Amino acid sequence: MKLTVASLKKGQRGIIKQFAHDQIPLKLLEMGCLPGNEVELVQTAPFKDPLYLNVNGSHLAIRKETALLIEIEVIE
Amino acid sequence: MPKQINVALIGNPNTGKTSVFNHLTGLNQQVGNYPGITVEKKEGICKLPRGLKAHILDLPGTYSLNASSLDENIVIELLLNKNDKDYPDVAVVVSDVENLKRNLLLFTQIKDLGIPTILVINMADRMERKGISLDVELMEKRLKTKIALVSARKKTGIEELKELIINYRQISSEPCVNASTIAPDYFDRLRKAFPNQSLYKLWLVITQDVNFGNLNRKTLEQTSDFQTKEKSELKRLQQKETIVRYQFINGVLKETFKKDITTAKDLRSRLDRVLTHQVWGYFIFFGILLLIFQAIYDWSSYPMDLIDTTFAFLGEWTKEVLPAGVFTNLISEGIIPGLGGIVIFIPQIAFLFLFISLLEESGYMSRVVFLMDRVMRRFGLSGKSVVPLVSGTACAIPAVMATRNIEDWKERLITILVVPFTTCSARLPVYLIIIALVIPNERVLGIFNLQGLTLMLLYLLGFGMSVFSAWVLDKILKIKSKTYFVIEMPDYKLPLFKNVAINVVEKTKSFVFGAGKIILAISIILWVLASYGPGDDFDNAEAIVTEQYGKNLSQEDFEKHVGSVKLENSYIGMMGKGIEPVVRPLGYDWKIGIAIVSSFAAREVFVGTLATIYSVGSDEEKTIKDRMAAETNPVLGGPLFNFASGISLLLFYAFAMQCMSTLAIVKRETNSWKWPILQLFVMSGIAYVAALTAFQLLK
Repeated sequence: MKLTVASLKKGQRGIIKQFAHDQIPLKLLEMGCLPGNEVELVQTAPFKDPLYLNVNGSHLAIRKETALLIEIEVIE
Repeated sequence: MPKQINVALIGNPNTGKTSVFNHLTGLNQQVGNYPGITVEKKEGICKLPRGLKAHILDLPGTYSLNASSLDENIVIELLLNKNDKDYPDVAVVVSDVENLKRNLLLFTQIKDLGIPTILVINMADRMERKGISLDVELMEKRLKTKIALVSARKKTGIEELKELIINYRQISSEPCVNASTIAPDYFDRLRKAFPNQSLYKLWLVITQDVNFGNLNRKTLEQTSDFQTKEKSELKRLQQKETIVRYQFINGVLKETFKKDITTAKDLRSRLDRVLTHQVWGYFIFFGILLLIFQAIYDWSSYPMDLIDTTFAFLGEWTKEVLPAGVFTNLISEGIIPGLGGIVIFIPQIAFLFLFISLLEESGYMSRVVFLMDRVMRRFGLSGKSVVPLVSGTACAIPAVMATRNIEDWKERLITILVVPFTTCSARLPVYLIIIALVIPNERVLGIFNLQGLTLMLLYLLGFGMSVFSAWVLDKILKIKSKTYFVIEMPDYKLPLFKNVAINVVEKTKSFVFGAGKIILAISIILWVLASYGPGDDFDNAEAIVTEQYGKNLSQEDFEKHVGSVKLENSYIGMMGKGIEPVVRPLGYDWKIGIAIVSSFAAREVFVGTLATIYSVGSDEEKTIKDRMAAETNPVLGGPLFNFASGISLLLFYAFAMQCMSTLAIVKRETNSWKWPILQLFVMSGIAYVAALTAFQLLK
């Protein structure tokens, strides 16, 4: 199974590998969600949705369905 | 006289752009609308050294020039249209030192348009605490700009920024990223097809669906020797553009920006651990709501009582001082009570906007969006619907406009449709006066005021009803739309007093002068309708009373009876009698009927109408509340405002769609009459049924 942002545990970090180009909103890229950048799961709402992330110093929240589109590699 | 320098303030949301604007312009600002649309247009005049002046336009916050909302379109349309009278001589991009990387994305795009651009790095006072150091000189060189280090909080750097604005001609207008590298062939063909246009501008026109005067996407596509690309391919290129820009920015920041992480253990994560906690987060949110409502009810009651008695006294006083006549009556019975009906709102509106702007300025509102998204989605709403629903407690009009940042059309439409159920401040005076009449002023469990609790229940009812109807709409509406949800979680900040104060003053002012005009006009019309009547009975009121009661009445009682006979036979009395059969099953008399009908224009008219109706023909100095308490029910006997009719009225006002301005705004935002008309009939129908059921069960 491929790892995505949605598979991170709270406090865990990963590196963005790639994402589903056609589905990902441009806004997410503009907020700094780019391949190669580090992403940390800061906090989750109940049922792990939405997810509160720190992407390369930018703090943002996205829904689980969007998080599933972003493939990562877990660092720790 | 030298020409004013046109300055456009641009920046991401949450960078303190508005604080910078407030510092530059002081109170020398005005808020209007862009022509034809309801986006707020904030502009002001800034006094510069050496007698110069600048016209400052505060553009809506945006993350990039790739517009995804109406607000963002404004920014692009202005920046691409050299003929616009607001077209900037110089652009000022405001950024936040802690989010510099993301903020610079927009900066590089604006730079590519060839406009001289100043970079403001705000929140410079936080640098030391966060362990940040900057090489400003090198950064200026790499970004081909001038930088002002500003702290809006500590008011530093503003004078330096003004100097830069004066000398804007010395700023390079050269781009710093060459966008055409993302697809050289494509851009080459573009350049050949339109040699006279700026390349980046062409690119923006192709990728956005916005209007740029005579140049739009269609004309580009129709030009024979130029073929544009598929949508998905364009999107890929936009993604590539974003990546190229970030590569450039990363390079610049690597050389010029240092952050010592060890000193950066911050308040944010500690606060977030509690405020966004899966359990405590919700408790705290609910607690804050409770506090707001309790506070509004308790604190604003003092100024409101004062206003109420002051206006009662004023009406009486003008009657004594001015010579008796029609004109004096118009002033003392029409205009003064009408004005009182507007002024009495001010304390609550001010308090409500105070709390809302505190929550927004502090960064807490985004946490609420995060906490509530999942719950709201179950009802077809979005976490971002929480902000409109909470703002709806102030006024539905800004709330409907606040739905613009909901990306998904279906979620946005549902939010617009259900927002008017939330308890707006216009309902407040109606609630307050009826609660004061029918709910005992007692405490339960020693702490909670029963009247305050009732008010809180009404707010919850409004909120519950909007959520419930959202759920129903979600099931009924068949709209396919692509959902996505991205929200920034800004840093916590201590709200700036100046920003909050200006916001409260602006919003209150726009209510008083906007809604106030309608209320005053209706009050005067009502007074005329109540002071004249068509038939003989109106003119012969004295004779009728004498005939009915004999001559033994005291002077005071006699006048009171004459007054009520006159009112019954006035134009308004006849209209009220006409609709009485419809409202009687709800427990109302024809006077309340009139107040309800007139408040279809705007709810807040209710109290003013009753004030006008009851003060016609009454000479005693009494407050509206006392007069209402003294009314008796002509059919059932007993006080007119009792528990049953009171609850019935409260429910009617909780659900009915009584606000022309909201209907107008919904029409504008949905671009169709279908939705506002649906709102008017469905909501008012629910209101009637609810009020009817309540009265019939409780009476």
